[in-house]
Amino acid sequence: MAERITTRDDTILLDVRGLKKWFPIQKGLLKRVVGNVKAVDDVNFYLRDGETLGLVGESGCGKTTASRTVIRLYDPTAGSATYRTALFSKDGKDERVNLFDLTKEQMTRVRREISMVFQDPVNSLNPRMSVFDIVSEPMVIHGMPKGPEMEESVIRLLERVGLRREHVRRYPHEFSGGQRQRIGIARALSLNPKIIFCDEPVSALDVSIQAQTLNLLQDLQKDFNLAYVFVAHDLSVVQHISDRVAVMYVGKIAETASSDDLYNEPLHPYTEALMSSVPKPDPLYKSARIIMQGEIADPSNPPSGCYFHPRCRYAKDICSQKAPEYRELKPDHWVACHRAEELKLQGV
Amino acid sequence: MSEPLLEIKDLRVDFEVRDGTIHGVDGVTYTVNLGETLGVIGESGCGKSVTAKAAMQMVAKPGKITQGEILYHRRSKFDPSKPAEVVNITKLDPDGETIRTIRGGEFAMIFQEPMSSLTPVYTAGTLIGEALNLHRLIPVTVGEQMTQKIMKYRPVTKQEAREIAIEMLQKVGIPKPHERVDSYPHQLSGGQRQRVMIAIALSCQPFMLIADEPTTALDVSIEAQILDLMRELQETTDMAIMFITHNLGVVAEMSKDICVMYMGKQVEQSSTVNIFYEPKHPYTRALLQSIPKVGKRSSDRLASIKGMVPDPFHLPTGCVFHPRCPEFMPGKCDRIVPNYVEAEPGHWVRCLLYENV
Repeated sequence: MAERITTRDDTILLDVRGLKKWFPIQKGLLKRVVGNVKAVDDVNFYLRDGETLGLVGESGCGKTTASRTVIRLYDPTAGSATYRTALFSKDGKDERVNLFDLTKEQMTRVRREISMVFQDPVNSLNPRMSVFDIVSEPMVIHGMPKGPEMEESVIRLLERVGLRREHVRRYPHEFSGGQRQRIGIARALSLNPKIIFCDEPVSALDVSIQAQTLNLLQDLQKDFNLAYVFVAHDLSVVQHISDRVAVMYVGKIAETASSDDLYNEPLHPYTEALMSSVPKPDPLYKSARIIMQGEIADPSNPPSGCYFHPRCRYAKDICSQKAPEYRELKPDHWVACHRAEELKLQGV
Repeated sequence: MSEPLLEIKDLRVDFEVRDGTIHGVDGVTYTVNLGETLGVIGESGCGKSVTAKAAMQMVAKPGKITQGEILYHRRSKFDPSKPAEVVNITKLDPDGETIRTIRGGEFAMIFQEPMSSLTPVYTAGTLIGEALNLHRLIPVTVGEQMTQKIMKYRPVTKQEAREIAIEMLQKVGIPKPHERVDSYPHQLSGGQRQRVMIAIALSCQPFMLIADEPTTALDVSIEAQILDLMRELQETTDMAIMFITHNLGVVAEMSKDICVMYMGKQVEQSSTVNIFYEPKHPYTRALLQSIPKVGKRSSDRLASIKGMVPDPFHLPTGCVFHPRCPEFMPGKCDRIVPNYVEAEPGHWVRCLLYENV
């Protein structure tokens, strides 16, 4: 598998290869394993310094599972996640470590550099902790001294995300949804991370607040040179914020490309159909909408060959027989489709 | 000429709570025409759902309709030639006979969350049958008098209800309706559940469908299927749709006219093309600019609306939007409450920019 990935350079911060996460289906008294839900099945992606990788797909396609497995909130079934860091080297130089080989203690240290922002700003904040406790908790865990210095840095973080100094002693219920998401972002920033995994950070917010939050995330990215893995189902949001986008379908990546390429010249029929189904905020837009028939496939019992073939309007015999290879068709443009070379697909 | 079905006039719904009174809906006026779709857009808490609930006389306590009228041009289901009779819904008893035949029978509603709005212990067939049993009547000829037939209406039988249920499931595009009619909600996927909701709503042949965020919980591919289905059904049945959503893309596709709401007030209303191409109210403009558009990556930053939706207990003076408005005129907007004026024919707006003050 290693030789398949050709684009490889020093700017790659995180390189995920062959990632699998299967959840066993158990039955009976003895919990016999009768099958597997292949939530993530052979996923490859990489993340460069300071860039945003969008991860889109329909619900149940494994985008959240993939991101959580990479940071080992779930135990991976197979694969590797190579991360470039200086945390473990003696001479302070960067070296590459496989996140899946690290011990629990080592992983805790890595979590300084990789943090998360969650979807639901209401449930991801403990209602019995004040904003100060919430934002400072990661610092306490990582052994920074408590005291006025920590308080100052919490206040600095709050001000950076657009909250005020006096908010520090308040509790989550006193804030609106958008403000709560800002608290979540402040918490994610508290240890100066290099990567933030954002799992649907704006989907619970109203349009006007969504725009503010997206702008904030972009500003922070510039200031701190952050890399984001941005998981979302809203294609327009993902396109807006991402440098590159990976489209997932039933546990596999269908296509990865730069944001502009993906939307202008998609190579995978699923990408094309998905983008044409997004309702356009323009009443005069004449949509040539492709309606995908049926529902997303069941990851415990996926179709043969290419998982998308029962819904694909370009499907041929080969599509139901052989799984397509995930390959780099153009520089930085990856696709898993048998007919990617011959098809002329419509962009937006 | 489009025929009005529902006219909401200067409607006000107040919520009396311990800390004071909230005007959930404040002076909303709009008309829904037969066979047309009216889109109602706005952010959460702006009163769009409350207006729809008021139209069915089912505002939950402590909410109360305190002002205005909702005129429903009620027509006979069996005899279209009969002139419509005007019913003021606000005057009806919320538990009375009349409103109960209107609810479900003549106005149907579909909700956002297809999981929690279907009872988990009944099959799809039973759920559709319940609505049919309450609202659908079958005409029977009991005799003839000269040229006129004497008709009587009887409720559907169980067997008929099952047949209609299967027919409805087929109409909304559920595969294998003969089997699916005996499925429980948990055996159906999200998109199928929403289709069952639509089947229940349409089984009684309503004049109006109130769709409250019907696709928000669904994936785009399923959303596209459901929107297509709704449009198709509207063409064949000529029903009116009140489409409540916060998704500007969906509303652009579905509606003929759009009404924009902010903090319980209607700020702008016009045809869909006007709203998207010549928005007049600064709020509408800001809303349109703040959404990222697929395929266009014009600038790096999104134009966002500054600040937050105000606290309903401490509404700003004058125009409620003035603290967030990019075209705020000091001394005017914070003092004078704007009126709802027709700035151009068919284009209503509530903003001092279009008044001579």
